[in-house]
Amino acid sequence: MSKYSMTKINPRRLGRSHIKYLIILLPLALFMLLPIVYIINTAFKPIDELYAFPPRFFVLKPTLSNFTRLFRQTSSFGIPFTRYLFNSIVITILGVTLTVIITSLSAYGLSKLKFKAKNTLFRINQLALMFVPVAVTIPRFLIIVKLGVYNTPVAHILPLLAMPVGLFLVKQFVDQVPNSLLESARIDGANDYQIYWHIVLPIIKPALATVAILAFQSFWNNETTSSLYISDDSQKTVAFFLTSITSGAGIAGAGMGAAASLIMFLPNIIIFIIIQNKVMDTMAHSGIK
Amino acid sequence: MKQKLSKLHASKLTTVLVFCGPYFFLFFTFIVLAVFAAVVLSFTDFNSIEFPRFVGLKNYVDLITQDEVFMQKVLPNTIKFALIVGPGGYFLSFFLAWMLAQLPHKLRTVLAVILYSPSMTMGVAMSVVWKALFSGDPNGYLNHFLLKVGAISEPIQWLQSPEHLMTIMIIVTLWSSMGVGFLAMLSGILNVDQEIYEAAYIDGIRNKFQEIFYITIPLMKPQMLFGAVMAVVNTFQAGGIGVALSGSNPTPQYAGQLIVNHIEDFGFIRFEMGYAATVSVVLLLMINFISKSAAKILGSRD
Repeated sequence: MSKYSMTKINPRRLGRSHIKYLIILLPLALFMLLPIVYIINTAFKPIDELYAFPPRFFVLKPTLSNFTRLFRQTSSFGIPFTRYLFNSIVITILGVTLTVIITSLSAYGLSKLKFKAKNTLFRINQLALMFVPVAVTIPRFLIIVKLGVYNTPVAHILPLLAMPVGLFLVKQFVDQVPNSLLESARIDGANDYQIYWHIVLPIIKPALATVAILAFQSFWNNETTSSLYISDDSQKTVAFFLTSITSGAGIAGAGMGAAASLIMFLPNIIIFIIIQNKVMDTMAHSGIK
Repeated sequence: MKQKLSKLHASKLTTVLVFCGPYFFLFFTFIVLAVFAAVVLSFTDFNSIEFPRFVGLKNYVDLITQDEVFMQKVLPNTIKFALIVGPGGYFLSFFLAWMLAQLPHKLRTVLAVILYSPSMTMGVAMSVVWKALFSGDPNGYLNHFLLKVGAISEPIQWLQSPEHLMTIMIIVTLWSSMGVGFLAMLSGILNVDQEIYEAAYIDGIRNKFQEIFYITIPLMKPQMLFGAVMAVVNTFQAGGIGVALSGSNPTPQYAGQLIVNHIEDFGFIRFEMGYAATVSVVLLLMINFISKSAAKILGSRD
């Protein structure tokens, strides 16, 4: 007999049998974390440590000077960093809210309403999971110009609202809501809007949280729109400003770049940590059948 | 009676439109119409100022017969990059997810957040790190380390040298590849019923490999497929990294040039948008073909 023991998924406590996994996982996790630790350290380094030779990984005397310089920094067009930050925040809040609304509405429609085209629509959406936006930057540019939203805040939001992965995940989740529950509500006289609002929405909260974080990432990190569909510098976002300071600013810029990268990264990770349980819940229904 | 019926129909139609209208209007405008427009533009000569002029298959013929950069650099680069990063990232995701599933909840959550966190970083933002790490002067972290241990005698221009750029692009992309697909697979593994393992144990499964291949993977096939599609998409989406690292498009001697950069080069630098659209269509076809093949290998019904 071999020393084979059956896999225990999700054990209660840590035991000796886990050591072999930890030997692989811990160094790897450390390696994955390294660049982020570097960003944090660099963001708090004073100027002389940034220029230090030999280069030091960890910060000795942490300071906020990179952040204060960043907040006073203006782009080559005289637009202050805070303006970009403001744009990013407004666009992200609006974008995430609208994405969650239209995705949940349409997921309910595809899952619970009865109409001919619904299977076809879901199929097309599933096919679009493979869609890569970079392939259609040019036609999107033309569509944006034709719609008359070129160089307006709307150009930041509209193209990213329809998120195939989001609809896919939420629809799978709505499928889990038992039809009998909806039927009994209908007998009590509720219409689809009331059912959607009072019954389905509260149940699918985990899926909505997941869509919210995916949408957050796509809006907050989006740099393409600013560089291709917006010509007025005061309408651009932090993601764009970040690329402009990281490309070519030299070592002094590296401190500020790190500070800006940290500002970009922190909201992502904080939101994910808060809602990671809900995300895992949603992912359980993520399969393509 | 008939009137009442059509009224009922009308109200049903309104309901469908209210629920599905907004999403699918945007979906068709910015995804379906955009893809369709790319296909149409690919048959034209278009410089973004004058009205597109129909040229038939000329762009496609040029792409295959005239565009040496595409055939000799971009296409081989893309295939090499995709073959390593796609399956590599996918197997790594599964392998890590599987190991994580064997750990208790708290520790697993912490490690999962750490492994997932690189995928949340913006590729471009992280170039601050990669540039410092792989900097070409002796002050760069890697050069400094290698000089110190005596592995090299001269600092290496990591990001500017054609031999190293591709390798670094692959490492950087793999680093950030534990994304949504990884989470889906982790949750798929966690949802396999413990009783099934017990039954399999009684039925004579003898080692972990049998267990993974006969139980875990078949039971989480839907998540495996979702993960595969995400891996393919991430691979092709990550194309910008070479330009971000080397700081120029085209990359030094086209060493890190991928299809995505080629599209940008022709579309937004040379303004040959018809030709750029042709390259886009080739890219979309490639992704579609690869995802379909992945689905076939994983044996889904589709």
